[in-house]
Order: sequence, then structure tokens, then C-alpha cells
Amino acid sequence: MQTNLVRCINFVIFALISPLAEVPLAGEIIHGAGATFPYPLYSKWFSEYRKLDPETEINYQSIGSGGGIRQLIDQTVDFGASDAPMKDEQLKKAARTIYHFPMVLGAVAITYHLREAGEPLKLTPDVLAGIFLGQIKKWDDSRIGAINRGVKLPKDLDILVIYRSDGSGTTAVFSDYLSKVSPIWLQQVGSGTALKWPTGLGAKGNEGVTGVVKRMVGAISYVELGFALSQKLPVALLENSEKEFVPPLLQNVTATARALMNKMPDDFRTSLTNAPGHKSYPITGMTHLLMPEVLPLEKGRKLKAFLQWALTSGQAYAEGLHYAPLPPELANRVQRQISRLQLKAGGRQ
Amino acid sequence: MSEAAKAVIDATPQAVAPKEPVRRREIHWQDRAFRRIVLGVAGLVVALLVALVLNLIFLSQPALEQFGFGFFTDTDWNPVKEKFGALSFIFGTLVSSLVALCISVPVSVGSALFLSELAPRKLAGLFGFLIEMLAAIPSVVYGLWGVFVLTPWLRESVQPRLKFIFGDFLLFEGPPYGIGMMAAGIILAIMVTPTITAVSREVFRSISRNQREAALALGATRWEMLRISVLSPSRSGILGAVILGLGRALGETMAVTMVIGNRPQISASLLAPAQTMASVIANEYAEASQDLHLSALAAVGLALFLVSFVIQVIARLLIRPVKRGQT
Repeated sequence: MQTNLVRCINFVIFALISPLAEVPLAGEIIHGAGATFPYPLYSKWFSEYRKLDPETEINYQSIGSGGGIRQLIDQTVDFGASDAPMKDEQLKKAARTIYHFPMVLGAVAITYHLREAGEPLKLTPDVLAGIFLGQIKKWDDSRIGAINRGVKLPKDLDILVIYRSDGSGTTAVFSDYLSKVSPIWLQQVGSGTALKWPTGLGAKGNEGVTGVVKRMVGAISYVELGFALSQKLPVALLENSEKEFVPPLLQNVTATARALMNKMPDDFRTSLTNAPGHKSYPITGMTHLLMPEVLPLEKGRKLKAFLQWALTSGQAYAEGLHYAPLPPELANRVQRQISRLQLKAGGRQ
Repeated sequence: MSEAAKAVIDATPQAVAPKEPVRRREIHWQDRAFRRIVLGVAGLVVALLVALVLNLIFLSQPALEQFGFGFFTDTDWNPVKEKFGALSFIFGTLVSSLVALCISVPVSVGSALFLSELAPRKLAGLFGFLIEMLAAIPSVVYGLWGVFVLTPWLRESVQPRLKFIFGDFLLFEGPPYGIGMMAAGIILAIMVTPTITAVSREVFRSISRNQREAALALGATRWEMLRISVLSPSRSGILGAVILGLGRALGETMAVTMVIGNRPQISASLLAPAQTMASVIANEYAEASQDLHLSALAAVGLALFLVSFVIQVIARLLIRPVKRGQT
């Protein structure tokens, strides 16, 4: 009953306001919404692709993965975008079959602030989890020292953990990794876009986190790799599942996806963290475009052509913007998936 | 600013406000049409408010049903385990605003007194303009200033000294990060100062010259004159100004989230990080995908609305007796 009342009042207000709302221009603009992480690359793609095909106009709103999934479920956009794949219950709610298309890879880098550290810091999964759980409190802890012989670790300096206060895919990938490597983390904290952090201070966005780390000696945090590279932040080497210390480099991120090719499920809904392979960087993730299986004729034709382009020529733009391109074998598999999209005349416009 | 100022001045006894709106028989159709249009516009605003509140109640229902009243008294906020309690956010909002008022009220009322009573006219104009300029600075700029200038200064100079002077307990317990409740309170204080100053100044100005001259004629010193004939009759006006400022402090999001440390906890220490209602909503909404999480965020919004509402009501109750006492 309350619902009806609310709807009724909303209706009256919208009826009054709607004449003022923006009227869509002629031509079919394709609408998408979702993840903020790939937004710089997507907007580059949309503008480059429009030079090739001026007919295809794509309007993408980077409102966050959660928002993108919600809008896709509510059918207010033609496609969604999300860093983490949709969960089973979200797919059920969508009422249509949703396809996941991996577009590009990213990773999470561990950044820190130590004066005169000399060599880059090395971290094992245990030490990383220990720090973020608040169990390792000082930089001269023997557990850090044992794996960092060449690094000058300051005496009696507190470790200050900085985390992302805003819900974010970066946090989701990072906590997914910690949940895999640390049973204590899995039990006490778990994984998700927003967490209840055992220790530390929260800052908003990659920029906010970096701003705090740069100003506090002894701070450690995690940021999206592209951001760390473009800002030239100090980043730690992480020990992967093959016991090798791997720096967060774009080629290692692509190598991670290649190492997982055999285990990649057909719907691409999988986590890339803690992957096997000597070169694999352990905190890796991929970002997806989400589309219903059946698309309206005109928009669907344009979208399919765009996706094919993005997975071939489009991948060349990735590295310049600090994203790791998909390995070609994965891009091929995604293209095969794209060909399964169906077009239907008179579908939802 | 001037609108808000006028509203407060109207509430003060000195203002000569029209007692009743002039009602004449509307013979001309234009009058009737105009009246209906204005009524419609006013009605739309009220309808918006009602719709907003109903929407909030509706959206927050799943969370409130699951957690009951405990939602407002529990401090555990864990999106992963889907346990939601908003008390630490309510605490953060109230305490950061309180700290802000403790700093800004003396400063604002003092500068308003200076501007309206003591400053030479030209200087008053310039100072008044500059103080009001503070209100025009976007909150994200305050936040940046907080991150780059204020918090390093607090961490390196202010907080270690405070700890040294007052000891390492209660208000000043814990490591001095710079970021935390104190930084949030100071940023908010700066942000609400122009509001309180401008409104108080208008309140002081609305007091008639006769009152001041009367006090002086009775042999009052300048300070006594200010106390008896300016400050004392302005009490309700100042209170109104403070409430307007408080309203801004309660809802401020961006600047606060950049300096408060975003850690939902209740601590007596001013140095500890905290989290406010507005900033948790802004932080977590975009990426919240579980229904219960979204609903809990809506419930936090409802709590923020209720807190603001209760403070407005208390303010009305406080302003009223003062007003009666004066008339």
C-alpha cells in the first residue's frame, strides 16, 4: 500500500517535471553504464570507433559496477559494465540471459611510503595478509625483514594501513586475493567492494589513497595498477603461487590471463587472482561488458561490430592508457561468444 | 544567504514584519491565476519533500525489518557479512558537527559583532565580502586543502603538542594521524563560519539605533552597550544562525570524507578516525550491489534526515521562549 502511495506521488511529480527533461536526439544512441575502472579506455574506444563509423554513438556513464548491474537488471541501459562478474542471484533477477565479455585486464599494486628503502619491497601472501589484518604492526618486524634483505627497513616505525573508503572493484579484487591466500582473512573479513577493515584509515578513490600514502611515512595501501604506473608510485613485488616474486607489470598481467586460459569457464565469470604460472602477477582482475543475449536489431548490429573492433584493433589502445590487453587466445574466445548474440527486430528500443 | 538571513531576522522581535498577508478580494483574473500558480509551485515543493521521505522509508524497509531498532543502536557495519548498524555514523556526524560549532560559533559571532558594530564602514564591507567568499568555495576544494595542508600541519605540529600538554588519554588518545575527527571538525568549522557570520551580522544590523543610543545615554561603556542592547536581544537570531550552520555541517559530505579517515568506530579521542552518515552513503552507494546493503544505505539516509529533523524541532522550541521573553 505504501508502495502504491509512493509510486503515485512519484508519478505526479514526474508527470509535472518530465516535459522539462531532455528529449533524445534523432538517431539511436546506445546507452551503457557501469564500471569506472575501464572508463578512460572505453571513452577512448568510443571516440576512436566513431571516427570509423560515425553512425555508432555510444553514451557510457561510469557510475560504478554495482550501478551498472542494477541498471542492466532494470533494463534502463543497452549494456552494463562491471569489474567483478555478476553473481548467480543477480543473473536470476535479470530475467533475461546475460553474457559477460571480458574487455581488458587490470591489476592491483601494493604501494607504500618508506624513506630510502633502496630496493623495492617484496611481500609474500602471508606477510601481506598479516599487515592488512593488523597482526604485523611495525616495519622492522622480522617477518618483513626475512624476505627483504636488501631493503633498509626503518626501526620501530608503525605500519599505517590505508584502504579505499569508497566501494570499489579494486577493493573487491584485492580482498578476493587475500581471501584465497589467508584463511584468517577469509573468516574475519571476506571479500567485497566494501569491507569492514580490521585496521587502518580510509581514503576516497585511488587519488585519495595515494594522497594520504604520499604524506605519511610508514603508510601502505593498494591501488589500481594503471594509476600506480601513471603516477610512478613505488610498488611492491608479490610472491605468486609458484613462489616467484613478480613486479606488477602489464606484460605479467596479460601473462596471468594466459596462464588461466585452460581453466576459463565458457561464460568468463571467474576470478584471476592467485593464478598459476611463473610470470603471473597474483592480484589480477578483468573488466567485463554485460549484455543481454537478445539485442534489438539496429543497436545490436552496431554493438557487435564495435565489440569485434574493441577486441582486435581496440586492444592496441590499452597499454598507452596503462591497461593490460587480453592475450590473443582469450580475445578470440570472447569473439566467438560475441557471435552468439542474437538480433531481434522490434526488441526493446 | 540573504534569504536565509531574512528568515532569521523575521524571527527576531526587532524586525518589522507584516502581521498578516494582505488579503483583498481578487477581482481580476490575473490575480486569481497568479495565486493559483504560486500555490501550485509551493505545493510542488511540499510534495517533493513528502515523496522524498516516503521513498526513503520505502527503500529502507528491508534493512529496518531485518535489524529493527537495533539498526540505530548497533555499531557493526559489515557489508560482506551483511550486518548493518548505523550508530557509529550517527556518532561521527553529530560529534564532527559539534566540534565544528564549538570552534566556529565564537569566531563567527565575534566577527559579526566586529563587522556590524566596530569596523569602519569600508573595512566592514571588504571583510564581510571576503568572509562570504568562504561560502562560495566548493567543498571538494576544502577537502583538498584539508588533505594537503591542514592534516599534515595537525599531524606534525598541533597534535603532538596537544598530546604533550593534555596527556595521552581521552580526547587526545592514540597516534596523531592528522586525519580524523579533529580535522573534520576544523574543516566544517571553516565551512559554516560564513553562514553564521553573515546571518548574525544581519541580525545585529536589524537592531534599531535607538536601543544602542539609549544604552550609551544611560552611561554604558561600549562593551556594556553591545551586551545589553545588541547581543542580548539577538539571542534567538544567533541561535537561528547557528542552526543554519549546523544544517550545513550535518549534511556535508565531500570535504569530510576526505579528512575524517572513514573508519566506522566510536572513540572519545579527537585524533581518532571516524565516519559520518553522509560520507558512508556517498562512499558505498555506487558499488553496492546487494539489496540489503542498498537498503541499509537508504536507512542511513533516513537516519540523517531524522537527526536533522529533530535538531530543527529542538531549535524551534529553543527559539520560541526567547522570543516570548523579549516581546
